[in-house]
Amino acid sequence: METRQPLVHSPNGTVELSNEEIARYSRHLIMPEVALDGQKKLKQARVLTIGAGGLGAPLAMYLAAAGVGTLGIVDFDVVDESNLQRQIIHGTSDIGRPKMESARDRINDINPNVHVEAYEEALSSENALEIFKDFDVIVDGTDNFPTRYLVNDACVLTGKPNVYGSIFRFEGQASVFWAKEGPCYRCLYPEPPPPGLVPSCAEGGVLGILPGAIGTIQATETVKLILGIGEPLVGRLLLYDALGMSFREMKLRKDPNCPVCGENPSVTELIDYQEFCGIPQANAQATADEVPEITVQELKKRLDNGENLSVLDVREPHEYEVANIGARLIPLNELPERLAELDRDVPLAVHCKTGGRSARAVKLLQETGFQNAFNVEGGITAWSEEIDPSVPKY
Amino acid sequence: MPKVKIPTPLRQYTSGNAEVEVGGDTAGDALNNLTTEHPDLRQHLYTGDGKLRSFVNVYKGDEDIRYLDGPDTQLSDGDELSIIPSIAGGSFERRCR
Repeated sequence: METRQPLVHSPNGTVELSNEEIARYSRHLIMPEVALDGQKKLKQARVLTIGAGGLGAPLAMYLAAAGVGTLGIVDFDVVDESNLQRQIIHGTSDIGRPKMESARDRINDINPNVHVEAYEEALSSENALEIFKDFDVIVDGTDNFPTRYLVNDACVLTGKPNVYGSIFRFEGQASVFWAKEGPCYRCLYPEPPPPGLVPSCAEGGVLGILPGAIGTIQATETVKLILGIGEPLVGRLLLYDALGMSFREMKLRKDPNCPVCGENPSVTELIDYQEFCGIPQANAQATADEVPEITVQELKKRLDNGENLSVLDVREPHEYEVANIGARLIPLNELPERLAELDRDVPLAVHCKTGGRSARAVKLLQETGFQNAFNVEGGITAWSEEIDPSVPKY
Repeated sequence: MPKVKIPTPLRQYTSGNAEVEVGGDTAGDALNNLTTEHPDLRQHLYTGDGKLRSFVNVYKGDEDIRYLDGPDTQLSDGDELSIIPSIAGGSFERRCR
């Protein structure tokens, strides 16, 4: 049933399955598309997943259960309560532990035959090629544009397939980018959006089940590539809409002018991806620095002193319902039409969830003549952490 | 009239609509009519000099208009345009303020 070259060649005598493994994988072994030879290929395979988060959780668990012999995981995050709504590889008792440890424990419990290679570090232009070179396939479960472009370019440069998945709210995308056989991520999207133009993660949210759907598609594609069966998503972009409960498929083409995998590539080594995505460290601060800020400590002091100071909340009403500090609510997108409701003579402290949207609001206020508006640093999250823990953190 | 499918991140600019019917004989006309009707959408689809942004792809059916005739791609009644922006999410934890 091989429709293409398997990524992993028949181990022919170098890999054997124990009787315990034969019992464990019996549902695979009785299918001719996998059979003993395929199961040995899975055992021989080395798969690297970038991130043990929303996408990484289900795909690592299924790949472990399926018998992939070596799972590399790159993640340096710590399990937080807000992860548990979707990152099912971690449990409530893991809160505060490094994700790598908790993921390793879960994988060992699912299948002790799997060897986990832990990379508890940020993937960077300095380490990516070195880490990628010993793996057969890379699975991209990252959550930001700089790492996505880094993973893509490193895959093109090392010739590895990149099993891609991405999620937002109720929608997901999946594909297999493999420059040897088809387009890469840059053929699809040559450049990332400038920071701030598309809603950020804090503003966006995601249905907890969505990464389960997309992550298992990525795991499926990975297993197909290892075994060389079926039709992989090379040259196709799969779109999943959870609300409409529909799958659609778009054709992808290799761009002959692609800067990485095209005929005359201009990118021949890894670059600075923070800068490429318009967010060098210095600049990341810039938006916030351009507007005057006030810390939550200072705000509390001034309110306690009874100073003439208004507080404005620019989040959405459904966020206000979850947690608020009693401030007047005008969502950022309504602010331009509702400026008349604000008193220009009273100093105004503006907050959102973590300080991004409120910085934009303060900028807008300044541009429309408010002399005395401040951005509350860290937003209501900082207020909850530093001033009043009874305000829920979401 | 051709239909334009709006992805989740951009629905806030189309009054929450997932699908908008617009007039237009070409993809460029249809998108132009769409952004005239929903002006806040314009800056998300086009650069200052009127070019489609490089992280936004437009498909007629399942084909990228970049590989058809771009903005001049002909549309007929019932054709479906899809706007597919790049999304980065995977675990939604980091690098957000």
